Amino acid sequence: MAEYTPSEMMIVAAARALSGVRTVFVGVGLPNVACNLARLTVAPDLELIYESGVYSARPARLPLSIGDPALVTGALSVCSMADLFGLYLQGGRVEVAFLGGAQIDRFGNLNTTVIGDYAAPRVRLPGSGGACEIAINAQQVFVVMRLNRRSFVEQLDFVTSPGHLRGGDERATLRLPGRGPQVVVTDQCVLRFDPATKEMVLSSLHPGAELEQVRAEVGWVLRPAADLSTTDPPRGEELQLLRERLDPQGMYTG
Amino acid sequence: MADKVTTMRDAVAAYVHDGDTVAIEGFTACICFAAGHEIIRQRRRDLTLCRLTPDLIYDQMIAAGCARRLVFSYLGNPGVGSLHAIWRAVEKGTPGPLELEEYSHFGMVGRYLAGAYRLPFFPLRSYTGSDLPTVNPRIRFVESPYGEGPLAVVPPLSPDVAILHAQRADRHGDTHMWGLLGMQKEVAFAARHVIVVVEELVDESVIRADPNRTVIPGMVVDAVVHEPFGAVPSYVQGYYDRDNAFYLQWDQISRDEARTRAWLDEWVFGVRDRSEYVRKIEPQTWSRLEPGQAPSGSVNYG
Repeated sequence: MAEYTPSEMMIVAAARALSGVRTVFVGVGLPNVACNLARLTVAPDLELIYESGVYSARPARLPLSIGDPALVTGALSVCSMADLFGLYLQGGRVEVAFLGGAQIDRFGNLNTTVIGDYAAPRVRLPGSGGACEIAINAQQVFVVMRLNRRSFVEQLDFVTSPGHLRGGDERATLRLPGRGPQVVVTDQCVLRFDPATKEMVLSSLHPGAELEQVRAEVGWVLRPAADLSTTDPPRGEELQLLRERLDPQGMYTG
Repeated sequence: MADKVTTMRDAVAAYVHDGDTVAIEGFTACICFAAGHEIIRQRRRDLTLCRLTPDLIYDQMIAAGCARRLVFSYLGNPGVGSLHAIWRAVEKGTPGPLELEEYSHFGMVGRYLAGAYRLPFFPLRSYTGSDLPTVNPRIRFVESPYGEGPLAVVPPLSPDVAILHAQRADRHGDTHMWGLLGMQKEVAFAARHVIVVVEELVDESVIRADPNRTVIPGMVVDAVVHEPFGAVPSYVQGYYDRDNAFYLQWDQISRDEARTRAWLDEWVFGVRDRSEYVRKIEPQTWSRLEPGQAPSGSVNYG
């Protein structure tokens, strides 16, 4: 079996979650690498959408930001941000959106605004960007975050982007158009959401990760799924694409 | 039609006043640093600065003490980290206090659209379940008159002046743009006054040969400034690439108040205008910023 890093496992697991998906709203960094890997493996028809207004980007090099000029060159369409948020996102055309954050709770609500009090924060984060409306309008949300107790918390300091709110059918009651978070991919495990309570449950452990060690990194009592499994390790082809083509400098996979 | 071509110095003197609401827009691309620096040199004060992503340009203007309020939706140095001068102003009140008014991107987009459409508000599917409306009372909810429950609304944003960078325009301000379009069109129609800043000044016939590429019509433009490389260190598609190294460098400079001040003294107060700033940049930087070649085909408008 090939050696691989926890980040490579995380990217590969995120890419596999996109199997059969056709439109994905991408942030820069790790999700961007995962989406490009998915397009070369499990989702050949996948089109990448960026909040900067780019639809179906074909960047010749790894973009450094969501506004990188390399995303424009060779894209199918570049539109205004009003069109991107109004027609593409709110129009319901985005199947899957990737989000992350500094904090997530058991219902997949996300914080990218502040740690501490809003008026006098301990750490000020960038804020929503497009995340709040992406979380509401994308048909499904996939989250990619490293697992640790500072991030997987009992109580968010600030809700920037709603997940399943307080669980159950609250999203539907509040008429949020999208179905909300479906999967959380970390460097140690994959988590999904209970269909009834919408609470995060442990779906699979990456090879080598231990149940108790994972539970210790989560700020609430994490329940394993009845059919808890082990994540398939990265295959040779996936690792080769990541290392030789998508992130040769190891910016995200190291 | 009137010839609106003027210098950056005269355009800022005429259209940017103390206490104004100012939008220097452009999403990653076409951010008019030349205008921001001229506003700093003319020592404007108490501005309300609006941008989806304040970026380095507002970090520099706030470090220079130009603003008292910031309206935004993503506050960071993209891909690098924080905007340190803005945080110093918020947390320590240096060089002056700064108020924040925070939205999401679509909220800012909606504010400009309401301004451009002359509507009292813009409805959008956002903010439900988010804490943003609790810290920004201008984000509200209204019941749809056609059923379907409550919708978030944001108020119009009509800046006193918008400063918008683009590839080329004619002398009347009819402006061609390509690549990331950001909010340039919507802000231009929302603002009371518009300064367009371009890499190239072209004949009206060039604009008329490709009318679908006209993002801003001259009818909403007050002044046209021809300022090559006016968006450096951001980029202009087809003209120059983004100076990513400077975005990293600014992270170091701006952490320290004295170094920030020294940078402003050298690169803003220490030069007369943009052309002097451009001449100060080292030749190896320019070779790094050279764009690739990807010309588009042409179409028959006949």
